[in-house]
Amino acid sequence: MAQTFEEISASDFFYRNRDIAGFTNPSRAIFVAIREIVENSLDAAESQKIPPEIFIRLSFESEATKDTQIYKLHVEDNGCGIPPRFIPSAFGQILYGSKYKLKQTRGTFGLGGKMSLLYGQVTTHQAATITSSTGDTNKIYQFKLMIDIQRNRPIIIDRKVLINKDGWRGTIVEFSLEGDYLRAMPKILEYFKQTAMVNPYANLTFVDPKGRLYKFTRVTTIMPEPPKETLPHPYGVDVELLQRLIAITECTNMTDFLRRHFHRVGEITAQKFLEFSGLTPSKNPKKLAHEEIVKLTQNLKKFKDFLPPDASCLSPLGEELLRAGITKELNPEYLVVHQRKPSTYGGHPFIVEMGIAYGGGVPKTGSFVIYRFANRIPLLYDEASDVSFRVIGSMNWRRYKVSPDMPIAIVVHLCSTKVPYKTVGKEFLADRAEIRREIANELREVARQLGHFLTRQEHVDREKKRISIFSKYLPRIAQFAAILAQRERIPDIEKLLKSVQKYGAEEE
Amino acid sequence: MVQKKSKSSVAERQQEVVNSLKKLGTDIYDQLDQGVFPTINMPSRSTENINYDPVTRQYILGERVVSRSARNIRHVKPFTQLAWAAMFSNELTTKKKTSTLRDVYYSAQAYEMTFTDQQESNNIITDLETVTGFSREDFHIFPEERSAIFGDLTIGYTVPGYEGKQLNLTSHPDGVLIGPALTTSEFINTKANKVIAIEKGALFTRFIEENVHNKHNALLISCGGQAPRQTRSFIRRLQKELNLPVYIFTDGDPWGMHIAQVIISGSANAAHLRDLNTPDAVWSGVWASDIVEYKLPTDPLDEVDIKRLYELAKDPRYQNDPLWQREIKMFLKIKKKAEQEAFSRYGLTYIVDEYLPNKLEGKPKSS
Ligand SMILES: Nc1ncnc2c1ncn2[C@@H]1O[C@H](COP(=O)(O)OP(=O)(O)O)[C@@H](O)[C@H]1O
Ligand SMILES: [Mg+2]
Repeated sequence: MAQTFEEISASDFFYRNRDIAGFTNPSRAIFVAIREIVENSLDAAESQKIPPEIFIRLSFESEATKDTQIYKLHVEDNGCGIPPRFIPSAFGQILYGSKYKLKQTRGTFGLGGKMSLLYGQVTTHQAATITSSTGDTNKIYQFKLMIDIQRNRPIIIDRKVLINKDGWRGTIVEFSLEGDYLRAMPKILEYFKQTAMVNPYANLTFVDPKGRLYKFTRVTTIMPEPPKETLPHPYGVDVELLQRLIAITECTNMTDFLRRHFHRVGEITAQKFLEFSGLTPSKNPKKLAHEEIVKLTQNLKKFKDFLPPDASCLSPLGEELLRAGITKELNPEYLVVHQRKPSTYGGHPFIVEMGIAYGGGVPKTGSFVIYRFANRIPLLYDEASDVSFRVIGSMNWRRYKVSPDMPIAIVVHLCSTKVPYKTVGKEFLADRAEIRREIANELREVARQLGHFLTRQEHVDREKKRISIFSKYLPRIAQFAAILAQRERIPDIEKLLKSVQKYGAEEE
Repeated sequence: MVQKKSKSSVAERQQEVVNSLKKLGTDIYDQLDQGVFPTINMPSRSTENINYDPVTRQYILGERVVSRSARNIRHVKPFTQLAWAAMFSNELTTKKKTSTLRDVYYSAQAYEMTFTDQQESNNIITDLETVTGFSREDFHIFPEERSAIFGDLTIGYTVPGYEGKQLNLTSHPDGVLIGPALTTSEFINTKANKVIAIEKGALFTRFIEENVHNKHNALLISCGGQAPRQTRSFIRRLQKELNLPVYIFTDGDPWGMHIAQVIISGSANAAHLRDLNTPDAVWSGVWASDIVEYKLPTDPLDEVDIKRLYELAKDPRYQNDPLWQREIKMFLKIKKKAEQEAFSRYGLTYIVDEYLPNKLEGKPKSS
């Protein structure tokens, strides 16, 4: 029997394997779709340091199956907009994106937004409408697109140019999709709440199919420094990347090649490395044989003297914004936030920031409420598999006078040029030793401060209780004694009560 | 007819009680007035401080004193409760109202002085007893359980509404309850020349039916098991004020024996109080040797009985009269016990006509 071979396109591959991108069922799919489009909008606004203003509307179109409906999703942002020539590919070609450069972004694979559109297309057979303006022309471009799944190409159904009277800048994405909103609702609302927590400078408005309005209002217009683009660090390079760099380089010798294309490699480091790996500095990189490239990749990882990557390509929220975001969404009685110094794993820089919130609006659930974020994206699924969940679980909390039945929320934010997701859907962080260590250190830091607070609190409470006991009983003693002694006047105990307050501190 | 009228001991004692409460209140008042945290001292009731006193022939508290200070966060609540209890007792005593421990527990709630439980309020009353040296019955707080008396004693009431009224304690064939009205009454006169205290109500009734009070010129008391404190102090009064000898009849087992002992020597629980015991009372039976001598129907001693006998053998109260050790040994030897009702095997009147006269005269069985 003859075997048939066929090549499938990237879009075909992801269409056939849409589970791995998170589109596992109608409830999950609608959640992931909203999230991917919203994240593109956030990225688009933040890249220009514009405080995001995002309007999301999900409206009912028709019944689909017993449990699912067809909805129309409409997401509008005030981001950078997309030049018209890129629009079809940005929304109609899988693995096409502007975020392959090395810097911290939410999107990573050039995949998320298009997967949502693709999912909408296969469930409703309708085209998506993309409307965008970069604001610097007086035109608005509107495309009706579908994706040619087999060829991984956009099909332009319609294209319109509108007059931009008001100088509008931004993007509107609109498409239909099948889903189960009722089941997805709790996760979707949780997603917005947590997104608002790590994006306290964003305005989010969500109108759900029932017409309910959810508004998350910014508390600041200060935004974190946007990340700077950076070159790959030698420790994070693989054969594939190295081959690509060789293909595009204009350098004709190894020293220049290393200096030009790698992060934190200067003249001296390059020379030392070439000596270490036995390569002549004058060698033309384009002349490297395949085995040499493999060897070079290995040596890049082995060489000890590369400087660690710097963190300018990262854009952590910072303690102030983290505090603002947590306060805004949880309104705790007490809050510690802290940011670790940058660190690296496998050539990728990362920063851990953490907040621990106590009391106030933090619910008492019998265990810690954990909010996990990576590059300002809330991670809502598979909590128990996440590295921070494990670190939190294995911590000796009693040392800090903390117990899980207290109203405590822990907010963990990891930013990196490469977030170590375990799956294509952004669900949870893999357990990498370096990251685990940083999270554990950071957790100890905030726990220590919380511990101080709780001790102080306990002291204040005990003191209040003491005083209340004395103020309850002393007047009665005076009253009963006066009756027994048959005296009219009740002895004055104010002085005694005062002395109890001063004397309270050193007792016990 | 012997006319024995004590001086108004009841009224006098009531005055002392009221004075002691007033003194307690004044002490606290003066300390507060001088701007210091009041302190109350009282003998410690911890076991190390309970000693047997061979002179008074009862348990008494030793030298150790505990101090309760309103300055101490852990003391201030019980201190207040004690002051409240004193005030409440003062009210009961001066208004001649009676109350029970249960009542105290509930009354406190009216003053927002809620006790966590009955035990806590009982403890505070015991504290008040310890501080003042008077028993709660003196403060008109009585236990729930009651015992009874029957016989030719005329008493004069002091309770409100009955002042001046008299009653002869043969008036009612079931006997008269030993309650607050009786224990606060004065003794007017009696023809009796002895007191017989009986462990069980059934035998007490039998004795009345069999006219024991006339035949033996006796006041009969039903203890109802372990005699309540007011009954014990009443027996003491009968002995002291009327000079009547007291004979105690119990079941022939370690528990009956100890019922007699507590009437004679008091209990460790009441070591902070005086005048509850009657050291000259005697245990007349049923002894272990009676079981042998009168060939009474018996039950075997069980493990708990035997364990109890070994405990009692070491108890200081069982050292002063050879009778106790002799009978303990005998119990352990025969390993048997008998109830008072066991005499019924010889007919309904045997115990009254044969056993009782022998025992009262201290004679062995007449053959
Ligand atoms: N709302 C938007 N505003 C501006 N650019 C967008 C927007 N949405 C998508 N894009 C562009 O489309 C590209 C593809 O998006 P997507 O398929 O979600 O992949 P990714 O976000 O991983 O790059 C993005 O890299 C970005 O350049
Ligand atoms: Mg994206």
